[in-house]
Amino acid sequence: MAWTRDDMAARAAQELQDGFYVNLGIGIPTLVANHIPDGIDVTLQSENGMLGMGPFPFEDEVDADLINAGKQTITELRRTSYFSSADSFAMIRGGHIDLSILGAMEISEGGDIANWMIPKKMVKGMGGAMDLVAGVKRVIVVMDHTNKAGASKLLRKCSLPLTGQACINRVITNLGVFDVVDGGLKVVEIAPDVEMTQIVASTEANLVE
Amino acid sequence: MANKIFENAEQALDGLLFDGMTIMAGGFGLCGIPENAIAAIKSSGVKDLTVISNNCGVDGFGLGILLDAKRIRKMISSYVGENKEFERQYIAGELELEFNPQGTLAERIRAGGAGIPGFFVKTGVGTIIAEGKEHKEFDGETYMMETGLKADISIIKAWKSDTEGNLIYRKTARNFNPMMATAGKITIAEVEEIVELGELDPENIHTPGIYVQRVIKGKFEKRIEQKTTRSRGDA
Repeated sequence: MAWTRDDMAARAAQELQDGFYVNLGIGIPTLVANHIPDGIDVTLQSENGMLGMGPFPFEDEVDADLINAGKQTITELRRTSYFSSADSFAMIRGGHIDLSILGAMEISEGGDIANWMIPKKMVKGMGGAMDLVAGVKRVIVVMDHTNKAGASKLLRKCSLPLTGQACINRVITNLGVFDVVDGGLKVVEIAPDVEMTQIVASTEANLVE
Repeated sequence: MANKIFENAEQALDGLLFDGMTIMAGGFGLCGIPENAIAAIKSSGVKDLTVISNNCGVDGFGLGILLDAKRIRKMISSYVGENKEFERQYIAGELELEFNPQGTLAERIRAGGAGIPGFFVKTGVGTIIAEGKEHKEFDGETYMMETGLKADISIIKAWKSDTEGNLIYRKTARNFNPMMATAGKITIAEVEEIVELGELDPENIHTPGIYVQRVIKGKFEKRIEQKTTRSRGDA
């Protein structure tokens, strides 16, 4: 069985280390917060100006002045601090955040990522994604291995406009875990009951030993 | 001493608005947006605006009401995904759009207010936003130049102000407001409460009053985009 969205989030959560400051993107990365391993204490950063993001509020705790980067209502913790967007991105750009986990439309074997634009189809904007991939110490992508048509999202070269160049360290897909190394992507782990032949068939990027 | 306190947003904007002007508007999504000034700008009839704001509201609320009324000529934003009318006007060629990475946008505004005309960042190097920008190497890494941003007016939202315009913000409603306060030739702050001098702790002022020329006590709907809750039954 290939990994489900929740399995991928749980696998990504194993990348967390005690004491890390972490930024989680929207989608599957958000689910990583539900799988933080016991004994691992991490502080979540929300790029709209908060460190120490708490869980969703109870109905009577909802506060319009307290949202995350996905514009969802959230809560604060005892460790929480608030700051401006300029301070928030100083943390991100300045390399103070240990790990960013985010989604992608495509990644390349050289560690490029495309996740913000489909020309003439989707004009939403990059938000904080370009800053995160350029500034955070370690960047991990979590995404499906192939698109809905079955084509590989792990490419030799991205076809969509880039979010960042040579900035991805690791990719977690429904089929396995891959590191960006010299010459291509290295298979680090294979999801249960997935065959290497299936990975080879589903991957356009160069796979290396 | 000059009086900074105005009765309402119309009076606070009096004499400041003109067609073709540049306006910075604070907020992230619908959190911490200057609802009162946006409404007053719409009723003033001013048009051909360049608006610098992280987002552009939603259909029918926030900056969306200026967009619906076709008052905006150009937006400088990082993300506009919550607004169908935005997409329609942009694809129809009725609206100019400049996307900035969120951190670059925040820093351009901070720099504009701090007298810094240009600075170098890694963000966006090797992407389409790098086209035409000056590149430079520092310690073996490539950076590109971004420029500071200023505005004719900044409209911002804070929690409390004293009569000198010293401001404090609340929770994540701070976002872009403090930088924008510094980068407008005139900054109009709308707040939930105006207090007497001495009531705010001088050690904890987020925006010193030198950046704020006009203050109003506003009325706020504070609409929530994605109300997400858990139930007490959840572990």
